[in-house]
Amino acid sequence: MTLAEDIGVGGGLSACPACAASPLAERQAHAYAAAGRMVFSLPAVHCAACIQTLEPGLEALPGIRSARVNLSMKRVSVDADAGVTPASLIAAIADLGYEAHELDAGLLSATETDRQGRDLLMRMGVAFFAMMNVMLLSVAVWSGAEDATRDMFHWISAAIALPTVVFAGQPFFRSAWASLKVWRLGMDVPISLAIILASSISLYETIHSGHHAYFDAAVMLTFFLLGGRYLDHRTRAVARSAAEELAALEVPRAMMLRDGSEVETPVAELSIGDLIRVRPGGRMPVDGVVEGGTSELDRSLLTGESLPAFAGPGMAVAAGEVNLTGPLVVRVVAAGRDSSLHRMADLVAVAEAARTRYTSLAERAARAYSPLVHLVSFSAFGAWLWLTGGDVRIAVNISAAVLIITCPCALGLAVPAVITAASGKLFRKGLLIKHGTALERLAEVDTVVFDKTGTLTMGAPEPLGLSDLPQQELAIAAALAAGSSHPLAVALAAAARRAGVPPVTVADLREVPGHGIEGVWAGRRVRLGRAEWCGGTPIGVTATYLCLGDRTPHAIAFADRLRPGAEAVVAGLLKQGMRVVLLSGDASGPVADLAERLGIREWHAGILPAEKAAFVAALRDAGARVLMVGDGLNDTGALALAHVSISPASALDAARTASDIVLLGRDLAPISDALRIARQSVRRIRENFALSAAYNVVAVPVALIGLATPLLAALAMSLSSITVSLNALRLR
Amino acid sequence: MEILTILIPVSLFLGGVGLAAFFWALRKGQFDDPDGNAHRILRTDYDDKPKQ
Repeated sequence: MTLAEDIGVGGGLSACPACAASPLAERQAHAYAAAGRMVFSLPAVHCAACIQTLEPGLEALPGIRSARVNLSMKRVSVDADAGVTPASLIAAIADLGYEAHELDAGLLSATETDRQGRDLLMRMGVAFFAMMNVMLLSVAVWSGAEDATRDMFHWISAAIALPTVVFAGQPFFRSAWASLKVWRLGMDVPISLAIILASSISLYETIHSGHHAYFDAAVMLTFFLLGGRYLDHRTRAVARSAAEELAALEVPRAMMLRDGSEVETPVAELSIGDLIRVRPGGRMPVDGVVEGGTSELDRSLLTGESLPAFAGPGMAVAAGEVNLTGPLVVRVVAAGRDSSLHRMADLVAVAEAARTRYTSLAERAARAYSPLVHLVSFSAFGAWLWLTGGDVRIAVNISAAVLIITCPCALGLAVPAVITAASGKLFRKGLLIKHGTALERLAEVDTVVFDKTGTLTMGAPEPLGLSDLPQQELAIAAALAAGSSHPLAVALAAAARRAGVPPVTVADLREVPGHGIEGVWAGRRVRLGRAEWCGGTPIGVTATYLCLGDRTPHAIAFADRLRPGAEAVVAGLLKQGMRVVLLSGDASGPVADLAERLGIREWHAGILPAEKAAFVAALRDAGARVLMVGDGLNDTGALALAHVSISPASALDAARTASDIVLLGRDLAPISDALRIARQSVRRIRENFALSAAYNVVAVPVALIGLATPLLAALAMSLSSITVSLNALRLR
Repeated sequence: MEILTILIPVSLFLGGVGLAAFFWALRKGQFDDPDGNAHRILRTDYDDKPKQ
């Protein structure tokens, strides 16, 4: 029994509808029920060697019963004894050379078995079996089997085809019934009608030993359309599991202080007034007020500022900020649903609902198509009834032939085949399509809006102008920086190491959280840290200040490192004739620098989150189709309002939820590929529509004058389905 | 033509066996990780022995 099967047994519990209503309670229950089974996301896993390293490597650890990598989902499921903690496994996987994130097994189990996909595949299998056998018998009839032989073949076909249609056609019947109940003609109404009419007429003809039976057409129709439905489902399932994976990525825990000891508590269980400890490098899980300790906070994900902000007792902190230097004790003011992080996420959910109003090409085609087909078929019935002077059998036969021939085999495959090919291609390039119509919307884009910090830049600083600094001062700065894990200090120490600066020894090294590092060098007190603390004045860009005794401090400025591929993407977009805009919450100095480096002419600095959203909304109202690329909480509003949006995988939860496409790697370059592929796939979809329309233009008149034979129907159907599938595969 | 009375049931039976095999594979979760399976086949150690 495979692991997936195991999950299927336990996963049934969480597939209940009530779980959606009370996710937290259910997640809690699951944590106990699924103890011992843990799931980790492995973004970097991609090859046979990865499986070979990870599985035996993990199984060799004490307490691990089994480990199974799923390459399609980029996950590993681990079955372990009760004593094994997720943290220890993440460390073990890191030792094997892979980055791992804990996923919430309770949230995931619902999608893992993919019951609906299996169900569709099973129906497809049955339809395929029936199609092959009925076709075998039909070929004999087409090539001239007569009388008793023909009747016998028809009866055998009926015995195979009728149960098949009843079983395999259910997805269409169900959805056709659902759309009829609300008085609408979806694509599934003509499909169901064609399948049912074809089967019943064939049965009638068989009973009266007629010449023509459409059993093969009925079964073939079912098979091809199930194929399209399955492709469609696969794309959706991948998108949905991606969305869920992202939601499950941050297993929220906090260190609560209770009676002087630290207890690891799920964030959901924190209540107002609790004290929590946030370690350096940790993210604020709640909104709160600092009770003890001093530190610096990285607010870039919330506001876009690249300059760390000071935090001390009495100051307010917001969920999502990253604590940089010293441990902080925070009193909870708002947790869970009330925190600022969640309020943002709620706003996004509202915008999300607005976006689903976009009508896809397939919907537009179905809207035009369904009434037309019914009209043609019914007028054929009426006309032949009148022509033959009331021969219902011929009239029904011909109107059924029209329905069968026009049946949207190719139409059902036209869109899913292209979308599947395109999203597979983009996934290999490192882009995950979360939303069904994202590709179509991406193809319409004419304006691209970028965020700065964390999107075009890595959010990791690099010191500037180190060569202007006297060698000795640089050496002192490097020695001081080596004593801290503050991002600026780490970057400075690394840069000094690269520059080959000989180290000096600084005595009494001591970090003052929230301020900087100080020590004693050659009898003088030396400091590296914030401007005010060193006795200098801030210079307006991200910088750290070095002071030697009483001398005026030196400012060491930092610039954010460009994300790889940023230059290529901007150049590529400008070349494609796009309008490129840079919007940032950062100060105008660094923004102007970056804009110049990338060749972006239109940029705005110091933009507040609400202004960002308003800017995008204004562009939209002016008729522009905006692609927003951003990662921070300050971008979420804009991401949700844009025509289509992309965020990197390093982005904050809320930003990833708000965007349609997630960039899995660090490189930005796939974005311009994505635009190209999106435009190409929309072109292919249109071509596919044209192709299937062309078949109808040829075949429908033949059917209308009563010359359509089952052979012709089978030929037209398979030819058009194969051409549209092949056309979809032409995507480069 | 008498041969048909044997051949048709035989072809139906064989098709049915294929269908049953497909159902079995589907239930065993063999279609859950197509990418992984494509790579696992390249492994040098055979990993699908039952674990005891």
